[in-house]
Amino acid sequence: MKLQRQGTVAVVALTASLALGACGTDNPTDATVGGAGVAQAINCATGTLNAQGSSAQKNAMDEWRKNYQQQCSGSTINYEPTGSGAGVQAFISGTADFAGSDTALTSAQQPQANSRCGGNPAVNLPMVVGPIAVAYNLSGVDNLQLKPTTLAGIFSGDIKQWDDDAIKSDNPGVSLPSSTIQTVHRSDESGTTGNFTNYLTAAAGSSWTFGAGQAWKAPGGTGSKGSDGVAQSVKSTDGSIGYMEQSFAENAGLNMAKIQNGAGQFQELTPEAASKTIEGSPVTGSGNDVTVNIDYATKASGAYPIVLVTYEIVCSKGGPSGKTALIKGFLNYTASSDGQGLLNGLGYAPLPGNVQSRVQSSVNNIS
Amino acid sequence: MAGGFLPRRKGFGAERAFSTVTLLAGAMVLVIIVAITVFLIAKAIPALQADTANFITETDWFPNQEPPVFGIAAIAWGTLVTSVIALLVAVPVALGIALYLSHYANRRIADTFGFLIDLLAAVPSVVFGLWGFIVFIEPVRTFSVWLNKYFGWLPFFDGTGPFGRSFMLGGLVLAIMVLPIITALSREVFLQTPTADEEAALSLGATRWEMIRTAVLPYGRAGVIASVMLGLGRALGETIALALTLGFINEITVNVIQNGGNSIAANIANGFGEAGDIGRGALIASGLVLFAITLVVNAAARVIIYRRREFTESAA
Repeated sequence: MKLQRQGTVAVVALTASLALGACGTDNPTDATVGGAGVAQAINCATGTLNAQGSSAQKNAMDEWRKNYQQQCSGSTINYEPTGSGAGVQAFISGTADFAGSDTALTSAQQPQANSRCGGNPAVNLPMVVGPIAVAYNLSGVDNLQLKPTTLAGIFSGDIKQWDDDAIKSDNPGVSLPSSTIQTVHRSDESGTTGNFTNYLTAAAGSSWTFGAGQAWKAPGGTGSKGSDGVAQSVKSTDGSIGYMEQSFAENAGLNMAKIQNGAGQFQELTPEAASKTIEGSPVTGSGNDVTVNIDYATKASGAYPIVLVTYEIVCSKGGPSGKTALIKGFLNYTASSDGQGLLNGLGYAPLPGNVQSRVQSSVNNIS
Repeated sequence: MAGGFLPRRKGFGAERAFSTVTLLAGAMVLVIIVAITVFLIAKAIPALQADTANFITETDWFPNQEPPVFGIAAIAWGTLVTSVIALLVAVPVALGIALYLSHYANRRIADTFGFLIDLLAAVPSVVFGLWGFIVFIEPVRTFSVWLNKYFGWLPFFDGTGPFGRSFMLGGLVLAIMVLPIITALSREVFLQTPTADEEAALSLGATRWEMIRTAVLPYGRAGVIASVMLGLGRALGETIALALTLGFINEITVNVIQNGGNSIAANIANGFGEAGDIGRGALIASGLVLFAITLVVNAAARVIIYRRREFTESAA
């Protein structure tokens, strides 16, 4: 009897942990979507789409799915936030109709994805701009400003105290405590870490020696699972600092540091400031592919430089049979002004106009 | 099968069918175990071949980069350390509770208490994890700071902080999780002690504690070991509670209070979502190691129980 009960418990626990392992972005901010669906005609199609991938875009996806399904009866769109890597795997193996991913397909994945599309190119379509906040918890300080080199020094463990000279010179006139800096990073591999380390590599030069990658490599600090875990750790520890998607910092009520951009301004994180960085970044994809090469050292005035772009990865041609119309209709909506207009309230930033129009034309070219 | 009272005849239908069913059910266990092993090995080999570090001694875990570098050393160490801490804390407490319930408490209290302990076993591990991560971390951090202040000269309690998300927190949460398993099984075992043995001890003038020491504990030893091994099995395999409470620094250290630590199962939970081909293979290889560790632990438990049983039986 006892053992049997243990078994049931294990199953319950497993289910629960799987649900949690999906890396909860479970803080849906209230979005005012009342008018959004009504304003423009949505391109409706019927059927069911199964998509999965990046948890960074889950909140946006949830709003989009809800609105689209409300407008278009007979359509069902499922999105599982399994993580970018798992999403791309599922897309390649054919279980996902499209994938959400925080990084464009790698050169190794591209041919596999193409063969899933019957030899036609699979394309990366940026859909959401996600600003990454550097959030901190330091009593008495609520207006922290950091240069990229200082940020790199803090996260590589070279700058150990809050009253270090480098931090002082970034924050003239602010009295900083002499407490130890406690850095918090992601324990799971993630696009957030990938983009943050990309940023440090590009903007901090020789101050950051740990390269860029989805996994955190600098020594020391504390690892926490998911952006919600990082936010919780920062919130519960005075003297700590961590990076996370903006919505998590906001929901946890954390202060966010102003970051110096390439133009020398200490820029506060706002959706507009994040969009500006993408606006000035070159699009490297060819044909219908709209891969964005983020310019982390952007010199654009008023740009907030630490951002990530999350993509939908779809077949430009030869996608899952019978579902092309629905994929097109749905992505048409997400890339529309209505779809992009929802993002501000959800802790994301909309695509800048130049990228948005390229995405729209790529979606129209899906066949 | 061929009982003396039953007529021996061919096609004794129900009997045959039932024995076949049980045989199949038994065989199923073997098939599943073999299938799991084959699956783990088949998936692990390509990743292990791609690994550019020594899988046994490497402490880093970066299977998704180019070239892949990963090894089991740090996470296997973390699995062992958290499990040892859990057992060190849980076993004495659990045995205390079990003895109290079986030999000291009056019946009504014992029933209520037993029910509560069983309830503890029904709490999902993710709840323990969240509780540890948000609530229990505060007292553990305070305790860690205290240990560091007065016992910092011991390598276990060394360090400059930050404290809290440590082997200590993970181990203590695990201790609470294995407590009900060990308690419930030990209590049943202690209740099985022959009344004759107990009364004999008491009639020879033993106090209750002496009676427990001379009659109950020796009789129950095999059962207690089995319950501890079951608890250890749960501790070794625990995933999400550790994924939430450990500090995820991959290093081999005896320091139990400094933020850090990782375990095999927690590493799998953490890494699976974003893992590529090699990454998955690497995680599966780590699962294989965990499988092997669990197998060894269970086999050891079997051996101990078997030896004890022979001993007790021959003594009886």
